[in-house]
Amino acid sequence: MSIPTTTTTTTAARTPLHVTAEVLSVKKVGAYHHLTLVAPGIPERFRPGMFVAVSVGGEVAQSRLARRSFWIHRVKPVGGYGATIELVVEAVGVGTRWLTGLAPGARVEMTGPLGRPFALPQEPVACLLVGEGYAAAPLFPLAERLRERGCAVTLVVAGADEAHLLSALEARRSARAVTVVTADGSVGSRGRVADVLDEVLTRSGAEVVYAAAPLGTLHAVAVAAEAHGAWSQTAVEQPLTCGTGLCQGCAVPVVGEDGVARLVRACVDGPVFRGDRVRWVELIGEEP
Amino acid sequence: MTVTDPGAAAVELAGLTLANPVLVASGCGGTGRELAAYGPLADLGGFVTRSISLNARPGGPLPRIVETPSGLLHAVGMQNPGLDHFLATELPWLAQQGTRVVVSIVGGSLGEYAELARRLGRSPGVSAIEVNLSSPDAPGTGVFDVREPFHAASVVAAVHRDLPRGIPVLAKIRTDVVRVVESARGVLDAGADAVVVGNALPAAMPDGRPAGLSGPAVRPLALRCVTEVREQLPEAQLVGAGGIACADDVRSFLAAGAVAVQIGTALLHDPTAAARAVADLRGAP
Ligand SMILES: Cc1cc2nc3c(=O)[nH]c(=O)nc-3n(C[C@H](O)[C@H](O)[C@H](O)COP(=O)(O)OP(=O)(O)OC[C@H]3O[C@@H](n4cnc5c(N)ncnc54)[C@H](O)[C@@H]3O)c2cc1C
Ligand SMILES: Cc1cc2nc3c(=O)[nH]c(=O)nc-3n(C[C@H](O)[C@H](O)[C@H](O)COP(=O)(O)O)c2cc1C
Repeated sequence: MSIPTTTTTTTAARTPLHVTAEVLSVKKVGAYHHLTLVAPGIPERFRPGMFVAVSVGGEVAQSRLARRSFWIHRVKPVGGYGATIELVVEAVGVGTRWLTGLAPGARVEMTGPLGRPFALPQEPVACLLVGEGYAAAPLFPLAERLRERGCAVTLVVAGADEAHLLSALEARRSARAVTVVTADGSVGSRGRVADVLDEVLTRSGAEVVYAAAPLGTLHAVAVAAEAHGAWSQTAVEQPLTCGTGLCQGCAVPVVGEDGVARLVRACVDGPVFRGDRVRWVELIGEEP
Repeated sequence: MTVTDPGAAAVELAGLTLANPVLVASGCGGTGRELAAYGPLADLGGFVTRSISLNARPGGPLPRIVETPSGLLHAVGMQNPGLDHFLATELPWLAQQGTRVVVSIVGGSLGEYAELARRLGRSPGVSAIEVNLSSPDAPGTGVFDVREPFHAASVVAAVHRDLPRGIPVLAKIRTDVVRVVESARGVLDAGADAVVVGNALPAAMPDGRPAGLSGPAVRPLALRCVTEVREQLPEAQLVGAGGIACADDVRSFLAAGAVAVQIGTALLHDPTAAARAVADLRGAP
C-alpha cells in the first residue's frame, strides 16, 4: 500500500544548485530572524519540505566546515530581483548568529533546494498540518499548495511561548482552522502538541497529517495519525554535515517499502519520511 | 590562445591516464550520483568509492560526524551496501560517467581483501583498486586493523596476488610522519603501483570513540608526509590527500611530488570544490 501522491518533476528541476546568495533583508520577528535572500535558481526548484544548506562565512569561514541547514519558509517574487527565498532562523550558535547578524547585500554560499519534499495527495482530502517552533516554516507554503488542490487544511502551530510561535496570524489566512499551543500558555492552549492531537484529528477528519517539529513531537504525530487511520508525513531534523548525501553522517533508521529495516540518509532520502516508516524509538534513543 | 596551467593537464598514474590530477576521496562523494547533481564526474580526474566490504556494513552509532575547528571528526564506520549490491547498483552507473573509477576496499581478513580484489578485478568499469589500510576508526569495527607497516604490506600482497594484471593497486596509508616512509616502502615492495598519502588522522570524538580527523587542519601534516616519502622514495608514485580544498592546495601537493591529489572533506562543505579546483587549475575564464 502506498499513499496516493504526486511527486513528478523533470530531472533538471530536481537538481539542487550551489549558489552565492545575496541577503535582501533581515527582520526580527519574536525569537526568530526572517532572512530574505536572492538565491538564483533555488525558488524555481522549491517544493514545500525542502531546505538549504548554508556555509558559515565571516571570520570563522573555512574553520566551521559543517553546513547549517534551514527550511525554506517561502519563495516569493520581489520586484527587480526575480524570486527570493525566506528563511526563519533561531540564533543558537556560531553559524546562526553570523547569519542573523548579516546586513543587506551580504553574500551567503548555499546549496539547495535539498531533500525530498512533502508528498501531496492526489485527491482533495482533509489535511492536518502540525508545526512547532521555527520548524513550522515549511508548512505555510505547503498549506497554500494543499488549498490550491482543494484540500481542507487544519493547522496546529506550537512553540515554547509567544515569541517562538511562527506567524500564527498568517496561519489563519491559509488554513480553515488553527489551533495554537504554547508550553507556557502565553497564547492558545497550554501544553504540548501531543495533548491536542486526538481532538484535532477527530475534528478535522484529516486523512493526511504533515508535521515539522522536534523528534518527540513527530513521533507523537506518527502514532496518533496511525491510530486515526491517517497517513503521516514527518519532516525529520537530524544534525547534517553536508546536507547533500555525500557523507553518510545523518543516518535515520527506517523500515523500507519491502519491510526490511535499514539506515537511510536524512538529507537525501528525507528529510520528509512517512511517519509509519521511521523507527522512532531507535532514532530518538529513548522509550516512547 | 589561452595559457594552460600544467596543473590541469592529464597525468599518468599507475599506468592509467587521468584527465587531470584531481580525484574525489573515498567516502566523500556518496555513490557518485549525489555529486553528479552539481556537475559531470567526467570533469574530474577520477572518483574513488567509499570503502566497500564483502558484506554490507551498517555503520556506526550517532553522532557519526562532528565539527572541530578547521576539521571534521568522523566515525561513519564504513557504512556500505556490500560488494554484491555495489556491483549490481552502483558500479554500472559509475562506469558510464566518463571518469576513472577507483574502488576502495576494506576487509576483516586477508582472505576477504583477496576475494574483493578477485571479484572487482573481473568487473567491467573498474580502473583501479584502492586498498584502505588506514581506517582511523577501525578499532572495534571488525576491519583488519593495520597497526604496523608489515600488516599493510601483507594486505597489499594478498590483493596484488589475486588481481588480474592491468588493474593497478593504490595503497592508502596514514599520514603518520614518523612511519610514513616505512609504510610506503612496505606497500610498494608488496606490489602496490602507487601510494595514497593519505587517510584521515587517528583522533577521538568528544565522547572518546575512535574517529578520523580530516580537513584543512591536517593539510600541513599530509604535505609533510608527501614531501618525506618523495625524498626517501623518489621513484614512488604518490597521491596526496588531506585538507585539500582549492587549486592552490593542489599546486602545493603537486610541487611536493604528488602525481595526483584527492579531495574529501572540502566536498562536504562545498559540493563543487573539486570541479572548481580543476577549473581554477586550468585558468578557466
Ligand atoms: C533539515 C533541517 C532544517 C532546519 N531548519 C531550520 C530552520 O528553518 N531554522 C532554524 O533556526 N534552524 C533550523 N535547523 C537547525 C539548524 O540547522 C541548527 O540550529 C544550526 O545548524 C546550528 O548551527 P550553529 O552554528 O548556530 O550552532 P552550533 O551549536 O555552533 O553548531 C554546532 C554544530 O552542531 C550542528 N547542529 C546543532 N544543532 C543542530 C540541529 N538541531 N540540526 C542540525 N544541526 C545541528 C551544527 O550544524 C554544527 O555542526 C534545521 C536543521 C535541519 C537538519
Ligand atoms: C565522512 C568521511 C568518510 C570517509 N570514508 C572513508 C572510507 O570509507 N574509506 C577511506 O579510505 N577513507 C575515507 N575517508 C577519508 C578520506 O578519503 C580522506 O582520505 C581524508 O578525509 C583526508 O582528506 P580530506 O581532508 O580531503 O578529507 C573518509 C573521510 C570522511 C570525512
